Amino acid sequence: MKDISTSINKVDNEEKISGQAKYVADIKPEGMLYAFTVRAKIVKGKILNIEYPLLPEGYFVVDYRDIPGQNIVKVIFNDMPVFTEKEITYLYEPIALLVGPDKNVLSKLIEGVHIVYQEEEPLFDWIDSVVHYHFDKGEGKRAFSGKKIIEFNYETSYQEQAYIEPQGFIGYMDGEKTTLIGSIQCPYYVKKAVVQALGESEDNVRIIQATVGGAFGGKEEFPSLIGCQLAVALKKIRKPIQLIYEREEDMLVTTKRHPSRVHFKAAIKDNKIHALSADVGIDGGANIGLSGVVLSRALIACTGAYTIENLDISGDVFRTNTVPNGAFRGFGAPQMFFAIEMFIEHLALELGVDPLVFKKDILVKQGDYTSTMGIFRDPVLMPEMICKAMEVSNYQEKRINYDALDSYKGIGMSWFFHGCGFTGSGEKNIIKAKVRLKKEFDKVEILIAAVDMGQGVKTSFRKLVANILDIDIEQVIFNNPDTDAVPDSGPTVASRTMMIVGGLVARATEEVKKRWAEEKFIVEKEYEQPSYIKYDEEKFKGDAYPAYSWGVNVVEVEVDKFTYQVKINKSWSFYDIGKAIDERIVIGQADGGLAQGLAYGYLEVMNHKQGQIMQKNMTDYIIPTAMDMCPMETYLYENPYAYGPYGAKGVGELSLIGGAPAVAKAIEQAIKRRVFKIPVTPEYIMELIKNG
Amino acid sequence: MAKIKFKLNDKFVELDTDPNRRLLDVLRDDFNLTGPKEGCGEGECGACAVLMDQKIINSCCTPLANVIDKEIITIEGFSKTKKFEVIKDAYAKTGGVQCGFCTPGMIIATESLLNKNPHPTDFEIKIGLSGNLCRCTGYNLIIEAVKEAAKAGDGLW
Repeated sequence: MKDISTSINKVDNEEKISGQAKYVADIKPEGMLYAFTVRAKIVKGKILNIEYPLLPEGYFVVDYRDIPGQNIVKVIFNDMPVFTEKEITYLYEPIALLVGPDKNVLSKLIEGVHIVYQEEEPLFDWIDSVVHYHFDKGEGKRAFSGKKIIEFNYETSYQEQAYIEPQGFIGYMDGEKTTLIGSIQCPYYVKKAVVQALGESEDNVRIIQATVGGAFGGKEEFPSLIGCQLAVALKKIRKPIQLIYEREEDMLVTTKRHPSRVHFKAAIKDNKIHALSADVGIDGGANIGLSGVVLSRALIACTGAYTIENLDISGDVFRTNTVPNGAFRGFGAPQMFFAIEMFIEHLALELGVDPLVFKKDILVKQGDYTSTMGIFRDPVLMPEMICKAMEVSNYQEKRINYDALDSYKGIGMSWFFHGCGFTGSGEKNIIKAKVRLKKEFDKVEILIAAVDMGQGVKTSFRKLVANILDIDIEQVIFNNPDTDAVPDSGPTVASRTMMIVGGLVARATEEVKKRWAEEKFIVEKEYEQPSYIKYDEEKFKGDAYPAYSWGVNVVEVEVDKFTYQVKINKSWSFYDIGKAIDERIVIGQADGGLAQGLAYGYLEVMNHKQGQIMQKNMTDYIIPTAMDMCPMETYLYENPYAYGPYGAKGVGELSLIGGAPAVAKAIEQAIKRRVFKIPVTPEYIMELIKNG
Repeated sequence: MAKIKFKLNDKFVELDTDPNRRLLDVLRDDFNLTGPKEGCGEGECGACAVLMDQKIINSCCTPLANVIDKEIITIEGFSKTKKFEVIKDAYAKTGGVQCGFCTPGMIIATESLLNKNPHPTDFEIKIGLSGNLCRCTGYNLIIEAVKEAAKAGDGLW
């Protein structure tokens, strides 16, 4: 049998390359209507009156009055209405759907909706804390007394997922069953949300995944909102309806990466870091949604890849009258790793110590306590990875050469990890993943709710099962999840799919293997937390994650002397992901994640002015094109995790995390100035250079 | 309304319709050719790319009036050719496909580039693909795919 990491052709190549794969916009049931969203034109206030134009025959308004169940979208924190009834808390908040057969008529009708508002003063400052967390390690605050203190502030801004396929669903009634087909990451999140909004029984709601044209977290919780809206419309109108966003609408109203501010303070003893305090703020936007969970992942990562004995960590989610923020690959970690990587570097420079020496001294070792007093149980390969990184990138020599004043070149390196799977007890208490395998004659069908959104789930899961059973991949079936067919194996998020769901599938497959002689049977497995993993959510104490993936990025840049444009010349990446289930798929993930991480650091600019997102299309919001990308070299390290299939840990998010700090550090060297915020745009570089 | 004739995927077609309609809508709605995708609707992302007289265009920015008497080839038409087979195998071999939403447009961009320049350099490939956005791959494996196609299909273009 071949090593499982050896790459095979992806099972969906054929249909995707030939244009035959069906995305949600490609599915058109007979007699389908279109839905347009009526949105608030003010940032904050109350609706006093709405006047709809006279609707032609066959056109409908669907609003809060049509919701049979609760007017709340079920997310982790339930504070978002399906349709707002009265209160407007952010610009373009959804009020109603207009539904009908002709898009041109709908656009005219939507212009004829007259809403009278009572405007109120919106809030954009970060003062309304709606989630506050605090935890200590070691001596906590006391560790700071009488010590030398060094402190800096770091800032990150929005990032837009910019999946190329916008958000959308189509839906229809199948008898009494509300059926939605969507571009989604989490079929069961949508199902549970729709069940609550409709007040329906579980049996009467069915969610099916269409081929997904990219998601990156953007299709984690947002689809629950529009899925509920469409479901309400279906119940009222009982005809097939399409609700698909155009790019502008998608950019203006969907969730984005939380802007963050981090205030770090270090207590210094014997020229070393004795204690760290972090005060973290993230902008939740108008609803809390997943923001608390994003914040907790950020806080837990507060020490970066380093062990610091004494911690005093606190953070807040601030509510503002801006578009709600949410999940985006990395989920709080990219913000924190940017901040901590820069801070540790800046700290070393302040102390007059070579940053490399300073960092190596405190780098996490196997057996060290995590920030929450969990334990890094598995071997930590970072020293070996760092050594290789420096060797292949010729780091030290370049570091010296580029120090020349007028080089305008720089090389930067970041060290980072990602906690794999849900934070804390989420897997055990909330998700409780179930998987099912169906064996029939010489075939096995994988029944899970995991979504292939480009990351290769279909291929790697079929390969996993085929490999364990030593059968042909053609004998393993994996269809897009349909909640009528698959059990709830949890959402496709948090770098959990291969490690957690794949682990369960592998165990189920072992059982299938033992019973292979039987003609037909079903095997089910449910998640059991490794017994050594214990976590107290309230106190932030214990093992927040069962395993960690690790990474090193090295990036080389050149800054134009006159325009301050940044050009990335080359990158080198080193990842310990346990074991690659398919090497080429992992390399693809690694490249794509790094591209997003690098761009987060220097290219992608998104901001709001008085609650209005200023970048409303792909012309305003610049993501990398082929011209912006540099050659990327990637090295994978094997370091099997006992509960992952073949030792696999999380892959999806890791490669996004180190890009921004690596590029920021490289730019620092090129411009001989310290960087405190991302993206490091030419304007920001100019400001830094002007201010000396 | 106007009578509009053009060649679509090797067949002459005629429509009586509004010449201001976007080619993308006509392809998707009137001919059920859903390979060209709408990603941005303003000519930035290239997911809607098709060939017009062998050159790449964004069908979302092309009014139907512009295609009168032209030859349009979508991914559905192109996928019946030998060149397609070479490009397809190259994308599969290098891992240039992830979510797949940009892929038909990328394939069209690859064909358009190789038509013009059968042996492009890395830099020329990057320029050739720069009108097509991909958010999944970071482009490197797609660039590899184009190189691989140029090599494997040597003589075809």
